[in-house]
Amino acid sequence: MIDSLFSWIDDRVALSRSGRHLLDKIFPDHWSFMIGEIALYSFIVLMLTGVFLTLYFVPSSTPVIYHGVYAPLRGQTVSAAFDSTVNLSFQVRGGLLMRQMHHWAANIFVGAIVVHMLRVFFTGAFRRPREANWMLGTTLLILAIFNGFLGYSLPDDLISGTGIRIAFSIMESVPFVGTYLAYFLFGGSFPGTAIIPRFFILHVLVLPLLIIGLLAGHLGMLVKHKHAQFPGKGARDDNVVGSPLWPTYAAKAGGFFFLTTGVTALLGAIVQINPIWQYGQYYAYKVSYAVQPDWYMGWLDGALRVMPSWELNLPGHMIPTVFFPAVLLPGLTFNLIYAWPFIEAKLTGDTAEHHLLERPRDKPLRTAIGAAVFAFYFVLFGASATDVLANYLSLSLNVVLWAFRVLCIVVPIVVFPVTYKICLELRATPGAGQRKRHNLVVRTADGGYTTIAAEEYPGYVKAELEPVALDEVDLVSAMAAEGDQGTEGVYQIPRDYR
Amino acid sequence: MPEAPGTDGAGTDGAGTEGAGTEGAGRSGHAGASVSTGAPQFQVAAKNPRRVEGAVAVAFLASLLAFAAFGAAFWVAASSWVLGVTLGVALSAFGFGLVAWGKYLMPQGPFEEPRPQMATTPAEKQEFVADFATRGKIAVERRGVLVKLMGAAGAVLGVVLAFPLIRSLGPRPNQEQSLYHTKWRKGAKLTSIEGRAVRVDDIEVGGIITVFPPDDLGGAFSQTVLIRVQQTGDIVTEPGRETWGPHGYLAYSKVCTHAGCPVGLYEELTQQLLCPCHQSLFDIGTGAMPVFGPAPRPLPQLPLYVDSKGYLRAQADYDEPIGPGFWYRGGSNGGPQ
Ligand code: HEM
Ligand code: FES
Repeated sequence: MIDSLFSWIDDRVALSRSGRHLLDKIFPDHWSFMIGEIALYSFIVLMLTGVFLTLYFVPSSTPVIYHGVYAPLRGQTVSAAFDSTVNLSFQVRGGLLMRQMHHWAANIFVGAIVVHMLRVFFTGAFRRPREANWMLGTTLLILAIFNGFLGYSLPDDLISGTGIRIAFSIMESVPFVGTYLAYFLFGGSFPGTAIIPRFFILHVLVLPLLIIGLLAGHLGMLVKHKHAQFPGKGARDDNVVGSPLWPTYAAKAGGFFFLTTGVTALLGAIVQINPIWQYGQYYAYKVSYAVQPDWYMGWLDGALRVMPSWELNLPGHMIPTVFFPAVLLPGLTFNLIYAWPFIEAKLTGDTAEHHLLERPRDKPLRTAIGAAVFAFYFVLFGASATDVLANYLSLSLNVVLWAFRVLCIVVPIVVFPVTYKICLELRATPGAGQRKRHNLVVRTADGGYTTIAAEEYPGYVKAELEPVALDEVDLVSAMAAEGDQGTEGVYQIPRDYR
Repeated sequence: MPEAPGTDGAGTDGAGTEGAGTEGAGRSGHAGASVSTGAPQFQVAAKNPRRVEGAVAVAFLASLLAFAAFGAAFWVAASSWVLGVTLGVALSAFGFGLVAWGKYLMPQGPFEEPRPQMATTPAEKQEFVADFATRGKIAVERRGVLVKLMGAAGAVLGVVLAFPLIRSLGPRPNQEQSLYHTKWRKGAKLTSIEGRAVRVDDIEVGGIITVFPPDDLGGAFSQTVLIRVQQTGDIVTEPGRETWGPHGYLAYSKVCTHAGCPVGLYEELTQQLLCPCHQSLFDIGTGAMPVFGPAPRPLPQLPLYVDSKGYLRAQADYDEPIGPGFWYRGGSNGGPQ
């Protein structure tokens, strides 16, 4: 049955001819390559849980009276969007779980992209021929952040509504076109009634389609280039060393998808996220305490806080203060990220094709620059909690704010030379970062003790195996022969240290 | 009884033709070319495959049970955390089993495949360019006028498409007056969100309420904080505002001049208003000057008077655009250009 179905299809698309070599596609085994996969899998989780949510969410700001099961809200006038989100949480079977999983997956998604990006940066995976894929990835990051913000805004609760208000002000602040942008997006002045349905269609259709399209391009280019790999035994610029797609990688990656999803489900089950019924409906005049956006907006929120209150008055015009932290800073940030592969090629004069990755310590300057820049954004992220910190540490807001203003300049300046120095030190220390050999304590004949270093870490063979070209042998007969080997597979490759 | 590692494989399934005790011989028997199927690269990574098989089996069994539990929990509409924990455990166990299978029970490798370089040779480039560009070039050069006309038609389409699309999105901001004016008018009664007009003796000293013009209750731009600072007497926050604060009342726009959040936290002791978003502080005694945080300008003050029946009313609209700045806000006191 399956045979004849396959045969029917194959006779029409020649799958067995064009797809055969795909089975042999080699994926390098290195833990850091799983980070991009987490991003991919959490995007799938987002789509699955998101479709569930669209079945119940009502994207409308029409006022309705809440009649649901959550007593404290009963009788209040809320928007249809808020009403349906509360009902989704309390009255739809599995609804709260889906909502929380969706929200957690969004946070994991953006987080995985950022960490993935850091690994690409610090290992030099963005160098030729992968510059375009680096830029594509950066665009994916921007889209992911935007879509996260849009989704966060949909329930129309007090905290997200405050975020939309700030977004309106930020758009207004753009020179020349700002007020037009804001009015066209909101269908008039803030808040209006258009924003929820418009955000909805952007969030569930337009941006996901863009992300899917760019992701296909991103992964397609990855297949074309084949993975970059760390140098190691037999890994060269003109080959790829690792596990074949079928069945080894398929099992590992497939399993990893379920692990990612499982962890997201556990988070969604146990760790509450965005309990909008506690915040209540958004009203423009209502104040919410401790307004905190999702983590990936934190650096912008922090930048808004530490920016001094400068405003540029021009004849008849104004550049408002929010323009600098909320428009100029992200603009510079992402353009710098886009341009980095070219900046570095210019600085080093290295425009050759590279398929071998670099260890961060071997490129001290790049590593130091990356660490310093990242530290800057990390401090901004911390600055989004000035009020919480002031409360917690019983300090005045003033002290905390000024501390962050100073820190966001000082920390990068300190991080740069320290990182640089650490790189040099690591390079000069043979075996740094490798698992230490254990010591053997030996009792000598006359009763004394001496320690000697063990030959190797138990369970690890010292020499790595040579890679084998798959087309020279028949993997099937090799796997079939596994039984013959009895329990001989005693080799454990220290893959992580390649 | 735990079986001794190294013998269980052959001992339990009986399928191994060479059986226990032939481990050394087993490999040397297959030895030959470096890529024979007996090479270590083709062996599984597990030291003890039986043990891993057992672990994978337990994982799949656990996931089977947890999936069933999830189904049951859904059936009886159990609480969210029961659903999530059963589902999460089921998926994680399933994933764990698959990963362990792939990592320990499949040929451990490493394997390799060749990688083509991306850079093409000049000859390849030339051939492509010759085929693609030259063909196109000839076709185009012959019909220059057609190309220009086609381009022009396309351009007009683009422009014409953009206009209705963009213009239908919303009103032009400089026609909408809400950027420059609020709904406060001369004589508008200060009205609470419930629609009750505020009288001069409604609020105690130190009290604060949010007020709107009667025709714009809840309005995002007209929202105003009304604070009673003292029992009697006019409060003068700045020269020129001698009559704006009758009977100890002050009214300021509630929209933060930083990024537009409602400035609603009032500290009576210091007479300061705090914006919860980025902690700007406004000193209400001195015309709501920002004394801390990122807000660049004072909150605009609404001039008040008390009518003969004791109702608080606005003398006029704010004398400047309220809220955060924008490009067309001319200078510090800008109105429409
Ligand atoms: C939607 C978000 C993204 C997803 C789902 C995603 C997924 C992946 C996956 C699964 C891989 C292969 C595994 C790996 O190398 O880690 C990959 C490779 C790559 N990604 Fe992404 N990625 C995303 C965003 C980004 C971003 C933000 C960047 C950097 C700006 C980026 C740059 C790259 C590059 C240069 C490669 C090739 C690296 C190599 O060949 O080793 N990606 N991506
Ligand atoms: S909006 Fe008030 S301080 Fe930023």
